[in-house]
Amino acid sequence: MLRRAFLTAAASVLVAAGLLLPAHAEDRFITVASTTSTQDSGLFNVLLPAFTAKTGITVKVIAQGTGQALDTARRGDADVVFVHAKAQELKFLADGFATKRFPVMYNDFVVVGPKSDPAGISGTKDVAAAFKTIADKKAPFVSRGDKSGTNTAELSLWKTAGVDLQAVRGEWYREIGQGMGATLNTANAMAAYTLSDRATWIAFANKGDLGIVVEGDKKLFNQYGVMLVNPEKVPTVKAADGQAFIDWLVSPEGQAVIASYKIGDQQLFFPNAGDPNA
Amino acid sequence: MTAVTCAGIVGLPIGAALALARFPGRTAIIVIVNTLMGFPPVVAGLAIFLLLSRSGPLGGFGLLFTPQAMMIAQFVLVLPIIVALSRQTIEDLWTEYRDHLTSLGANRLRSIPTLLWDGRFSLVTTMLAGLGRASAEVGAILIVGGNIAGFTRTMTTSIALETSKGDLALAMALGIVLMSLTLAINGLAYGISRVGARFTGRA
Repeated sequence: MLRRAFLTAAASVLVAAGLLLPAHAEDRFITVASTTSTQDSGLFNVLLPAFTAKTGITVKVIAQGTGQALDTARRGDADVVFVHAKAQELKFLADGFATKRFPVMYNDFVVVGPKSDPAGISGTKDVAAAFKTIADKKAPFVSRGDKSGTNTAELSLWKTAGVDLQAVRGEWYREIGQGMGATLNTANAMAAYTLSDRATWIAFANKGDLGIVVEGDKKLFNQYGVMLVNPEKVPTVKAADGQAFIDWLVSPEGQAVIASYKIGDQQLFFPNAGDPNA
Repeated sequence: MTAVTCAGIVGLPIGAALALARFPGRTAIIVIVNTLMGFPPVVAGLAIFLLLSRSGPLGGFGLLFTPQAMMIAQFVLVLPIIVALSRQTIEDLWTEYRDHLTSLGANRLRSIPTLLWDGRFSLVTTMLAGLGRASAEVGAILIVGGNIAGFTRTMTTSIALETSKGDLALAMALGIVLMSLTLAINGLAYGISRVGARFTGRA
């Protein structure tokens, strides 16, 4: 009996060891560190299968905030980054972690808030003025607080509005350190304002009492870019397959798939790979 | 599941040994193991993340963001539970059977397999507690697995994702499925141990 128990145990260990071995070499895949907005909006659900069907390369997406996604790539845990905070992306380039940044698409941010509109900013065209009013009235505001692209945009909007966040922040300003969807859930539950990218907002299914209060200001522009992690800096990067993904994204075919992604009749992302200033 | 099995293979003998062996520092180890039962999964996840990251000491294996990484995390989380609970069970059994086993000439070490076999029905519960921890876990596996669709996405991380998307109905539905699965597994295990106990003539 003891002997049998031992053999069983030994066999189990062998099976377990087999499972622990890295995945089969013939599976071609790349790892893309991207943002919660591209995942929560559902874009990847149409984009990635189209790419895999064309090339046979599977794309594994880690959806994080932009800051975290870039850090993941800096540690060498991703082949491609697909993010939206130009300043942080340029820093990534300058540090040598990538050699070229490709603009892919854009949409815009919107300020959403409760229908009761406690700050009275609904319909304002100037987002800086709206942010100033929110701070002056200490209306509840939920911040991502996670160094994501949206969080970066939000912080620069406070600056543009002339609000010194450190000086005026109080209970009305709530940093939750989570993704866009979780932030919208929180804003809904607290009847608070927040800044969201339009794609996640449109796709979001738990809008409740929230609605768009400010949109259409040029300052709300939201550009997405993609970069291959520099193989000279991170030798494990799958450069060929990663570049194939980027080339496809900015090709007419990839751009057409991005443009075709709609929820209802609303287009969520607008391809602009050809724009050198984006 | 694999993680729990491995943790069982490693954990049960350690638990038994810890119950029977007497050595300096034993109490300290028991306290540490008991503490580790409450190891915050996020901390375990972060530690394993740093180990497995390409820039970490074990980065060369390329295990981060794979199911293997998730198994390692769950193994680390489940092991202390199995060690601590099995130690308790075996220690109680030892108190009960000590004289009997000693009279048969078995020393403490030799008694371990017998006691493990004898306590197998209560040890099933121990394993279930481990399985419960593994299947309910989200913090650690989200960090080391990355929640990649169709690859490292589990029931719990899907629930977290659907909640993020605001699809609360789907998230809740997944939660109910997960609960039902757990209920079924527990019911089955309870039934098996009851039947087994009847067969061997012990209630």
